[in-house]
Amino acid sequence: MSLDKDTVRNIAYLARIRIADADLEPLSGELSGILDWIEQLNAVNTDGVEPLASVVDVTLPRRKDEVTDGNCQDKVLANTTDPEDGFYTVPKVVE
Amino acid sequence: MSTLTNLTIAEARNGLAKGDFSSQELTESHIAAMEAARGLNAFITETPDIAQLRAKASDERRAKGEPAGAMDGIPIAIKDLFCTEGVLTTAASHILDGFVPPYESTVSANLMNAGAVMLGKTNLDEFAMGSANITSYYGNVINPWKGKGGKDLVPGGSSGGSAAAVAARMAMGATGTDTGGSIRQPAAFTGIVGLKPTYGRCSRWGIVAFASSLDQAGPMTRSVRDAAIMLGAMAGHDPKDSTSAPLPVPDFEAALTGNIKGLRVGVPKEYRIDGMATEIEGIWQQGIDWLKDAGAEIVDVSLPHTEYALPTYYIVAPAEASSNLARYDGVRFGLRVPGDSLDDMYRNTRGEGFGDEVQRRILIGAYVLSAGFYDAYYMKAQRVRRLIAEDFKKVFENVDVILTPTAPSAAFAIGEKMDDPVAMYLNDIFTVPASLAGLPGISLPASLNSDGLPLGLQLLGKPFDEETVLRAAGVLETAAAFDGRPA
Repeated sequence: MSLDKDTVRNIAYLARIRIADADLEPLSGELSGILDWIEQLNAVNTDGVEPLASVVDVTLPRRKDEVTDGNCQDKVLANTTDPEDGFYTVPKVVE
Repeated sequence: MSTLTNLTIAEARNGLAKGDFSSQELTESHIAAMEAARGLNAFITETPDIAQLRAKASDERRAKGEPAGAMDGIPIAIKDLFCTEGVLTTAASHILDGFVPPYESTVSANLMNAGAVMLGKTNLDEFAMGSANITSYYGNVINPWKGKGGKDLVPGGSSGGSAAAVAARMAMGATGTDTGGSIRQPAAFTGIVGLKPTYGRCSRWGIVAFASSLDQAGPMTRSVRDAAIMLGAMAGHDPKDSTSAPLPVPDFEAALTGNIKGLRVGVPKEYRIDGMATEIEGIWQQGIDWLKDAGAEIVDVSLPHTEYALPTYYIVAPAEASSNLARYDGVRFGLRVPGDSLDDMYRNTRGEGFGDEVQRRILIGAYVLSAGFYDAYYMKAQRVRRLIAEDFKKVFENVDVILTPTAPSAAFAIGEKMDDPVAMYLNDIFTVPASLAGLPGISLPASLNSDGLPLGLQLLGKPFDEETVLRAAGVLETAAAFDGRPA
């Protein structure tokens, strides 16, 4: 599968990664090379084979629905650059 | 004091118990070694103050006759992918600039509770993506072993800083994480022991996620016994990781009986790849002979889907990574690069914050998960993954362990294999299949090649049968009598 510049630009937009225009050409070459190489999987007959998403063969355990944590405002705020009156502030993300 | 840094964990444990030296003395000699070997760039953050405090606390516990556990007073390094409370955690990425976790990963907390002394956080490939430790935002790690004419070599990756720190006697052991070979391959490149446990044996809670269905933490040490001791302190069920196995932790050290009479050892013909280096074939045959001489029975086995493991991995791992790394958006913590709109801020932050290899993998992941390609790539890879896992399951009905080389070559020079991402991916050709199947595997140093560089052998085992893997590895270690060490 050969990816052209426009496709790479679109994937980069989907992944929200800014790629400089000058880098699109070499990047599409690299990504095409990787995709060509992984396409050897087409040689494998997987008819009737169930996909394997995890090697752990259990249903996810559920914990009790109860409060087990809290009263740690300082810890919660430790990684914000701009705490305000005990709130965690972030740039506006709802347009 | 320099002799203290040459001890194994088991020897140091005995010395501490007898009172031959204190944890503070042991720790000081390692802090000095860490400072003296800064040229290797093995650490992103050194934490000598924390180390001294914990060493002092360890000595006080011991003086009261109440040592905390198997690792009490032992100085170790922590891969900078484990969140450590109050200590910068970077995943070797620019995007986590300034991130100081307010919590401790379960594995590093388990080690701390067993008394281990943290020396610092080791360098790695960015987000653990790489096989040469050349993708770190904090610079390359240099292998303490040198090539011809003193040439600088890569330590392997992604746990390259941990491997270099243990090989160069800066730490007695170190944590690593292994997604497709990131413990075993650097262990082989630096002449140490690296153990990837069964998926689920160690909690992933608090480890920066790369590919959640594959990531697993494990010990990197200078002996098989040390790997057993350290794994015992790291492992255990954790309700905070839903894939952590609710199983008791065995006494791994007790498994090292030295007796493998009648053990059935599988040798998979598909690992004899075209153009395999003669030195790799040679060490593999040597390993077979050593096990045979010790009374094991060698069985030729077949894992027919082996050649498809790498391409499967390079769909599954990037797909999971693209999803996991979506959280780094500049909004809540780490790097934020402003932009004209919200989208612009996301794209600027992720464009600057992620390095080239991480970007490549996110893009591949986003592509194989995108509408129209999901079935052709991602579902296909998951189906092949089942075939690979079933190959192992069948073979393990008939054998107890599998013996292979760890890597297709010894450590290579910095700058090699950089033009073509696929050439770099081939480093993990022998380690990735077991990762996809979630199986335990160990790499141990077997001999030196003609350039004087270490070569590793890999043993793979059944799910949650690290004990048999360790037992066989102990016998190989005795037979190999590997005593090489970097200059």
